[in-house]
Amino acid sequence: MAYSDKVIDHYTNPRNVGTLDKSSHKVGTGLVGAPECGDVMRLQIQVDENNIITDAKFKTFGCGSAIASSSLATEWLKGKSVDDAMKIDNMDIVEELALPPVKIHCSVLAEDAIKAAINDFRVKNGMEPIVLEKSHH
Amino acid sequence: MNIPIYLDNNATTPMDPRVLEAMLPYFNEKFGNAASRNHPFGWVAEEGVDYAREQVAKLIGASEKEIIFTSGATESDNLAIKGVFEMYKEKGNHIITAVTEHKAILDACKHVEKLGGKVTYLAVKEDGLVDLAVLEAAMTPETILVSIMYGNNEIGVIQPVKEIAAIAHKYGALFMTDATQAVGKIPVDVIADGIDLLAMSAHKMYGPKGVGALYVRRKGPRVKVTAQMDGGGHERGMRSGTLNVPGIVGLGKACEIAGLEMESEAIRLSALRDKLESALTVLEESYVNGNVEHRLPHVANISFKYVEGEGLMMAMKDLAVSSGSACTSASLEPSYVLKSLGLSDDLAHSSIRFGLGRFTTEEEVDYAVEVTKTAVTNLRNMSPLWEMFKEGIDLDSIEWAEH
Repeated sequence: MAYSDKVIDHYTNPRNVGTLDKSSHKVGTGLVGAPECGDVMRLQIQVDENNIITDAKFKTFGCGSAIASSSLATEWLKGKSVDDAMKIDNMDIVEELALPPVKIHCSVLAEDAIKAAINDFRVKNGMEPIVLEKSHH
Repeated sequence: MNIPIYLDNNATTPMDPRVLEAMLPYFNEKFGNAASRNHPFGWVAEEGVDYAREQVAKLIGASEKEIIFTSGATESDNLAIKGVFEMYKEKGNHIITAVTEHKAILDACKHVEKLGGKVTYLAVKEDGLVDLAVLEAAMTPETILVSIMYGNNEIGVIQPVKEIAAIAHKYGALFMTDATQAVGKIPVDVIADGIDLLAMSAHKMYGPKGVGALYVRRKGPRVKVTAQMDGGGHERGMRSGTLNVPGIVGLGKACEIAGLEMESEAIRLSALRDKLESALTVLEESYVNGNVEHRLPHVANISFKYVEGEGLMMAMKDLAVSSGSACTSASLEPSYVLKSLGLSDDLAHSSIRFGLGRFTTEEEVDYAVEVTKTAVTNLRNMSPLWEMFKEGIDLDSIEWAEH
């Protein structure tokens, strides 16, 4: 299978690999996927008092496209407001990384991880979780 | 050392230059049709085929009359399964095989089921071997064929074919083996092993692609298969079609070389394989899949827990290997062979098959070890599962959202 240059770049030099303190109320953690499916993503965001994402980290168990999708997501998240982060669509990731159809689920997973992290942050801070539509798998 | 390094010799092997050399004249100067009986062009081609038939027969302890040339192991498997089913339908309609067989056998069996046949797919033990008691319990008076592969293509385990053949014969059934991975790598003897039909392929043993053979026993008992292609009645009526003379000559030469070099080659390859395996199982949470005593000398199948196979292969791009990961196939299902050993999906996803071959050097194996170790370590540092494992979290206790 041929990967796009962007997938290879993110895979070879993943941005923002790591762990934030998940017990902090400023940090939201999203853990999505399942080991049996061959993909697990953990995406974390750190949010300041102005609702801006100041840091984002990920760890991913999965194929190159899954790693690249999560790496790209962390790049996009940094500096965005939480509201804008909610708007990131998996198809933006597909387009940016030129993912083939068989790898679209990797981008869906990344979008799910972003939303799960935001919801974790909201719940921690006394807000209602945003009800998510079932994403297009 | 040339990069990338080829360690996928169970998928296919490069041709031995000696094989190529033997084949070349049969493309132009000796181009005749082996079935042309009335002129020297045909005779020369037929001579090449006859010689190859002897070379093939000799490698597996058969007589040259028992060798049917085909386009490869898939065709041989199909001809054996469907051909026996048709030929022996008066006697019974039950076939026994195992879940770890190659798709060519499994799908031919499914075809037979559509035609009204009954097929038992035996589960295997955790080490990949067929349980003889389970096999015997599955035998019925209707059983006409037991088809169990010699050596497995994914994990390399060698089945107890002699014992399996004995059970088949005890109940009056024939014994067929897909020996594609075994012939030319380990001694295979159709007489000593009690094999009635055997499928093999040239390109897994340093011969050309597109040619193989089916051994069909002629004595004790005389076995027959119904042809699956209609035509000129070549190959004793069992396989019509103008013979692929250069390919057949190549298969013959590949068999001759294998026969001469197999013993020393098996020693060399198993030493290299063991070196690779012991260097890689030093890594925490890495497991060798399949029985380690009864197996082909050149295969190592290792699961590196908490890293995903395709991601791992991408990190090992200087190595041409293969993975049981779902992502390498369109089906998104991890290897059915590994799963049938009882491996959980995540371990099946995390597996890499290293297939060494005649042209693999020690230097290449050493390099492969270093590349693999680095890749596994890097990916684990990136893996949330590894972090959880290190924190002592039981991954089974987590409710994963399956997608």
